[in-house]
Amino acid sequence: MTGILHWFTDPLQFEFMRRALLVAFMVGLVCAVLSCWLTLMGWSLMGDAVSHAVLPGVALSYMIGLPFAVGAFVFGAGAVGLIGAINRTSRIKEDAAIGVVFTALFALGLVLVSVVPSQTDLFHILFGNVLGVSDADIRQVLILGALVLAVIAVSWRTLVLYAFDPTHAHAIAISPRKLEALLLGLLALTVIVALQAVGIVLVVAMLITPGATAYLLTDRFDRMLLIAAGVGVLSTLLGTFVSYHLDASTGGSIVCVLALAFTLAYLARWRRAR
Amino acid sequence: MTVVRARDVRVRYGETPALAGVDLDLEPGLVHGLIGMNGSGKSTLFKALMGLVTLDAGTIELFGGPPDAARAAQRLAYAPQTEAVDWAFPVSVGDVVTMGRYGRMGWRRRASAADRAAVAAALDRVELTALADRQIGALSGGQRKRAFVARGLAQGADLLLLDEPFAGVDQRSEATITALLRELAAEGRTILVSTHDLAAVPALCDTVALINRRIVAHGPPDATLAPDRLAEAFVPA
Repeated sequence: MTGILHWFTDPLQFEFMRRALLVAFMVGLVCAVLSCWLTLMGWSLMGDAVSHAVLPGVALSYMIGLPFAVGAFVFGAGAVGLIGAINRTSRIKEDAAIGVVFTALFALGLVLVSVVPSQTDLFHILFGNVLGVSDADIRQVLILGALVLAVIAVSWRTLVLYAFDPTHAHAIAISPRKLEALLLGLLALTVIVALQAVGIVLVVAMLITPGATAYLLTDRFDRMLLIAAGVGVLSTLLGTFVSYHLDASTGGSIVCVLALAFTLAYLARWRRAR
Repeated sequence: MTVVRARDVRVRYGETPALAGVDLDLEPGLVHGLIGMNGSGKSTLFKALMGLVTLDAGTIELFGGPPDAARAAQRLAYAPQTEAVDWAFPVSVGDVVTMGRYGRMGWRRRASAADRAAVAAALDRVELTALADRQIGALSGGQRKRAFVARGLAQGADLLLLDEPFAGVDQRSEATITALLRELAAEGRTILVSTHDLAAVPALCDTVALINRRIVAHGPPDATLAPDRLAEAFVPA
């Protein structure tokens, strides 16, 4: 029993672990909340696209000396706009437009990072570096995370209306296009927050799996939000501890724990259905 | 006052004309049927009335004014066809009906006592009060349609657009829905129903409009559903 306790308390004596757990908590919470909408709306590919598309923005921000969130947001939002424009103005379907745009921007990012010498460590951007976050990184995660949570706290019912029946929203003079833009903006901000913990490659797991897990367990949206938040936060915290003890990739550990939670929910649902 | 007034409404998707000059007047307090084949422009006309497509030409007035004013005044309600709804979405019947009130609430969409009373009255009206806590997909076909009618009632709309309300609905539920819509029209609401189901029309509708990219006939069901008129509507234009 005390062994288990020490498994959790021993890492806490280290400053870097306390900081990592703080970031992991915020990332787990913000991603989980947004994941409820992405899961229900079939936006997982969009989440993957935005997370990859921010890479050139991150590289350029370091070159100019801006906080990397600025460049990341510009390129994340730009990718969304570009995907929509290609989809509207040509015969290319949305998933193909997403595939073209995000790979192109990601490739541009790889070129920029490799050509321009900077402190940007590609490996950290791709796979996260929660154990080595700077004070500035922590501030950025906490401020952006709080902003996303505050917006959702105020507008979650309206966003559920949009996800369930945008045509009805239009009929009662609530603009679905504005709500779509709001949700995409929240997605871009959340991706920036999540990059710190799990990196570009695994962000989409944080943006889908908590919501998908919760969706297996409930028929009510408010409970789905709570379950997803619980799953997201516990998985990111537990994954961070696991990575400390195994000396393993933090992003990888977090997403493995998330996948385990999803598997358990799936099996529970499957047993109940039989 | 004429509730819907469409004049020479033209909509095209690329090169394909979907509506080629629709003229339609719908009078208040009646159930109007809209009948046409797949590709006849039925759904495009619905979208045009909703303001979801840009008109290439022509005008639409709702309640004697522009459609967006009618939407802002919460007068227009829409019940989607079955395929357009995600029935596994985690909302209850009560949640769906409450969304009818959202246009009257503040940004946080917190229901007031008046909102809750309107939702309860609407659920009662369509006899779904006992099922209010059910997930929306756990209802039968007919109950699902009634839930969306209740959303329009809670909204306080006086023009209801119903897209294929009898698709996937058994005979008894069809009779229930027909009786409900007749009552709502008798109270002064205007109802436009698109349907494939010709057999349902005489019991439900006061007028029928046959559409084939334009309105080829509009009048009482018995005269309008005469074989030669139908032949005109059901031949590809």
